[in-house]
Amino acid sequence: MKSVKFSKSPLLSERLPQWRQRLVLVALLGAFLVLIGRSLYLQAFNNEFLGDKGRARFERVIDISATRGRITDRNGAVLAISTPVRSIWAVPEDVELAPAQARSLASLLELDVREINRKLATERDFVYVKRQLPPDVADRVSALKLPGIHQKNEYRRYYPSGEVMAHMVGFTGVEDSGQEGIELAFDGQLAGKPGSRRVIKDRRGNVVEDVESIRPPQEGREIVLAIDSKLQYLAYSHLKQALAEHRAKAGGVVVLDARSGEVLALANLPTYNPNNRSKLVGAQLRNRALTDSFEPGSTLKPFTAALALDAGKVRFDTPIQTAPGKMTIGSATISDAHAHGVLTVAQVIQKSSNIGSAKLALSLKPEEMWAMFDSLGFGAPLKLGFPGEVGGRLRPAKSWRPIEQATMAYGHGISVTLIQLARAYQVFARDGDLVPLSLARLDAPPLAGKRIFSAQTAREVRSMLEMAVQPGGTAPKAQIPGYRVAGKTGTAHKLEGGAYANKYVSSFVGFAPVSEPRLIIAVMVDEPSNGKYYGGDVAAPVFAQVMAGSLRALGVAPDAPLKPLILTSAEPVREEM
Amino acid sequence: MVRLNLLLLLILLVCALSVVASNHRARKVFSELETGQKRMRDLDVEWGQLQLEQSTLAAHVRVAAIARDKLGMKPPAPGQIISVDAPPGK
Repeated sequence: MKSVKFSKSPLLSERLPQWRQRLVLVALLGAFLVLIGRSLYLQAFNNEFLGDKGRARFERVIDISATRGRITDRNGAVLAISTPVRSIWAVPEDVELAPAQARSLASLLELDVREINRKLATERDFVYVKRQLPPDVADRVSALKLPGIHQKNEYRRYYPSGEVMAHMVGFTGVEDSGQEGIELAFDGQLAGKPGSRRVIKDRRGNVVEDVESIRPPQEGREIVLAIDSKLQYLAYSHLKQALAEHRAKAGGVVVLDARSGEVLALANLPTYNPNNRSKLVGAQLRNRALTDSFEPGSTLKPFTAALALDAGKVRFDTPIQTAPGKMTIGSATISDAHAHGVLTVAQVIQKSSNIGSAKLALSLKPEEMWAMFDSLGFGAPLKLGFPGEVGGRLRPAKSWRPIEQATMAYGHGISVTLIQLARAYQVFARDGDLVPLSLARLDAPPLAGKRIFSAQTAREVRSMLEMAVQPGGTAPKAQIPGYRVAGKTGTAHKLEGGAYANKYVSSFVGFAPVSEPRLIIAVMVDEPSNGKYYGGDVAAPVFAQVMAGSLRALGVAPDAPLKPLILTSAEPVREEM
Repeated sequence: MVRLNLLLLLILLVCALSVVASNHRARKVFSELETGQKRMRDLDVEWGQLQLEQSTLAAHVRVAAIARDKLGMKPPAPGQIISVDAPPGK
């Protein structure tokens, strides 16, 4: 074959047609245009989408959890606190446990190996192996590096004071939202709002840069209650003793600060342990002092007497004929079990005469009495924000018959809650005015409250109430050495299906020291069934024990000379029911 | 002209390197911040647990039981209490 140099190739000397050159040029230009168009599209029009895609590869949004606020008592003792715990969960499909691994996991979780296997043998994609583990145990679980076993951070609420404070503080559910008590009433303030932020993570999952904070987390607020743990414990333990002694069904104690209206203690029995609610029944949950109303009986007598005094109908020494111990109003007859003869108004309260109270009531107009009960807060909830709070029953004055007006004077035909009763006694402990109750600690006591009676009337009734706890009264057992005490017993038959049954509610409401009242304590014992059922025998001793301990705990100066208590050798005067 | 271009190139190089350096420093400081914040959270958790422990140990039920049973304490009888008036002004 004959070789030809390229430059000398005969083909080159051949002239090509012009169109071929153009075609190539146009094709190349066209390709360039397509490329430019494409890059323009990507850079300018589709920019956002691609940017998002890119960011999604290195940016992460992480949640920042917020803790629920603590609840403390007035002295800062913790009543409820959230601490982090971890839950162990698994994707059953991914889990492959060697027998040794399963055993070590089981021993860490304090579970049976078979139980773990049973939990993992499910079709679901997600199972909790164990919830709410302490962090140190959870760390040891994660050190095992088991495939398919994961952890989740959660919070658990602890209640160090347990059953003593259960009704007041309440508890939260699994989702960390309030279910009962303060936890529910103040849920909006206690609950924190979780936040989130955007970060850049590196290949190993470490956060390398904070891009922006999407929502800052909001920590829950701390709630400081008016409760004093020491007083609460006193109230709880003495009530518990009394319930055991009298074999009673239930009971409640309310301790109020007479000066500020703060609720210093609120104990109910039966109670429950908020840290372990597996065997909870409805009766334990009830915050009886707020949710159960009862016919108060004689504890209402001082109010009628005060109204009659205030209206100028009687004076404290006006004689009232209570003989012969029976009185017929319309078709009904009311009676005193012990006929007393002529009593002064003060003695009517001291000896708790039904006839005397009824006569005082009948000297008043129904509207006046209704207006007084209404302004004392009976018949309507106190609106403390507590779940399930009731207002008791107070029928409108128009529907009262004379017999009803008479029985209402001694606390029948009307029903109240224990906390309403305690609050109403403020008028006698506070020179005739009422201040609102507060569950939270107040920084300054409220100024003058709503005036119900004149200061003069309040002081007169106060001394009548002091007579009631002295020898010759219905509750000598309410006396406390070193302090002057005033109060009133109540014993009422329970209403069952519209009729009065042979079951009783014993109560006592009082305050001390009389010279400058500091505390108001109301005690209610439901169905004492060990023989004694008078308020003076059942509720008054609880009052005395709680009051004596509380006054000492608060460092209130004694206002009476120290002398041995004179408990009448004979039976105390029996109040009427 | 060439000298100006060389100068600009030099400035550009310095700027580019300092951007790299400051970015690196920002990340380092940020990770320190992260560590600090984590420590803060951990301490907060520990504080909560200590508070819980304290209030469990100081529970009145427990204190009363120890005082009564272990230490043999009892409330003073009324006659045993001497009250002293605080001097005025205190």
